[in-house]
Amino acid sequence: MPHLEVKNLSASYGNLQVLHDVNLSFEKGEVVALIGPSGSGKSTILRVLMGLTPCTGGGAVLDGRPIDYRSAASVRAARDRMAIVFQQYNLFQNMDVMRNVTIAPIKIKRRARTEVEAEAVKILARVGLAEKGRAYPDQLSGGQQQRVAIARALALKPEILLLDEVTSALDPELVNEVLDTIRGLAKDGMTMLIVSHEMAFVREVASKVVMMDKGRVVEVGTPADIFERPQTDRAREFVGKILRH
Amino acid sequence: MESFLNQIPAFFSAGNVTLLAEAVGVTIALTFFGCLVGFTSAFLIVMARQTPGRWAIPLRGAAILFVELFRRVPFLVTSYLVLFSIVIVIKNPSLFIVGLVSIAIYATAFTSDIIRGGFESIPRQQIEAAQTLNFGRWRTMLYVVIPQSWPVILPPLIIFMVAFVKDTSLVGYIGVFELAFRGKELNNQGFSGIFVYGFIALIYFCLSFPLMRFGYWLEKRLATSRGQESQRELR
Repeated sequence: MPHLEVKNLSASYGNLQVLHDVNLSFEKGEVVALIGPSGSGKSTILRVLMGLTPCTGGGAVLDGRPIDYRSAASVRAARDRMAIVFQQYNLFQNMDVMRNVTIAPIKIKRRARTEVEAEAVKILARVGLAEKGRAYPDQLSGGQQQRVAIARALALKPEILLLDEVTSALDPELVNEVLDTIRGLAKDGMTMLIVSHEMAFVREVASKVVMMDKGRVVEVGTPADIFERPQTDRAREFVGKILRH
Repeated sequence: MESFLNQIPAFFSAGNVTLLAEAVGVTIALTFFGCLVGFTSAFLIVMARQTPGRWAIPLRGAAILFVELFRRVPFLVTSYLVLFSIVIVIKNPSLFIVGLVSIAIYATAFTSDIIRGGFESIPRQQIEAAQTLNFGRWRTMLYVVIPQSWPVILPPLIIFMVAFVKDTSLVGYIGVFELAFRGKELNNQGFSGIFVYGFIALIYFCLSFPLMRFGYWLEKRLATSRGQESQRELR
C-alpha cells in the first residue's frame, strides 16, 4: 500500500481548471520531485494536499485512508501528518525564531514546553541556526528564514514534508545552504514531495520525478528516466530546454 | 466687563468646582468605558462578519446591518433610541448607563471598519501558514493576526476615542450630568454664558489635546515596530 496516493485530483481557481485528474503515489522514505513549467499545477497539488485550495474532484489517500477535504476534522488529521514549507517562508513576523518553531507543538499539540524547546534547539542546530533562536525573521537573510521555516515544519514531526519551490525566492548564493539542509533530510529518510526548479538538485536527491504540464501528469519515472530517456514529446521538449541552460 | 470679573469668585466656589470636577469625571468615564465596550464589541462584530460558511450568512448579515445602520444615524438619535428602548424594560434606568450604551453602540459602528482594515492588512500567507500548522480561527487571531495588526489598529482607535470626548456632550440631552450639561446649569444660574462656555471649552481642549498628541505619537512609534521594520543588524 502506498504511503500517499493522489487519485484523480482536480482543482480550479474560479473558472480556470488548474489540475486535471492527477494521479501519483509514493512510499515511505521516497523523495518525489514535481517538475514542469510555471503554471503547470505543481504547487497547487501541495496546496490541495494541505487543504489550502479546495479540490473539485478526486482526492488523496494517506496510508489507505482517504482524506475528506470537506471535513475540518479530516483536514486537521492530515495536517497533523504532513507539513509544508512555502516559497516565501511565511514565518510569523511577530515571533522570534524559537517561538516560530515551537508554537504549534506547544499550543496546538499541547506538548510540554521544556521538551519542545529542547527538541527545537536540536532542530535549529540541524538546519545550521543554533545561534539564532532569539532573532526575529526580519533580522535574518532569506536563506536563514527558509531554514527556520524548514525547522518549524520539522518540529511537528511530520511523516511527509512538502516543499514548495523553497529556493525560488532566494538570492543565488543562498540557495545552497537550503539545498544542503534538504539533502540532509533526504539522507535521513524523510519522505518528501518537492516542487523545484533546481534540476541538478532534483536529479541528485529525488527517487521519483513527476513531470507536469497544464495541470496534467505527463510522465513519471526515475530521474534517469525523465532526464535521459524521456518518453513523451512534452517531456523531451521540457528537458531539452532546461538542460540547454 | 466689571460684572464679568465680579462673577469669578462666585463661579469658582467650592460647590461649583466640585460639580465641574464631577462632570469632568463623568465625561472621561463615559468616553473611556463607552469606547472600551465599543471596541470590544467592534472586534466581535468583525469576527462575526468574517465567519465563513453558509450557516453564518445571517450572522454576517446582522453584523453588516448593525454597522451600516448606526453609522447613518446621528449620535443624538441613537441616544434617544437607547433611552426609550431601555425604559421599556427598566422603569428608571441609570442615565449614565444609557449614555454608556449609546456611546458603545456608536463606537462599535465606527471602529469596526478600523479593526477590519487592520486585520485585512495581514498578508494572506501568514494566515495560510497558521492554517497549515492547524491553528484554528481563534488561535490564528490570537497568535498571528492581532499581534501583527494592533500597531495599525490602536492609534486610530485612540484618536477616535479622544475625538469622542467632545461628542459625549450630546448625552447631556438625555440628562446625563456631563460637562456641557453642567455648563448649561451654571449659565442658568446667571453666570455669563461666554465665561461659562469659554471655561468649559478650555476643559474640553485640555482633555483632548494631550491625548490626541499621544495618539499621533503612538501612531508614528508603532509604525516602526516589529514587522514593519527594515532589515536590522544581528545577521
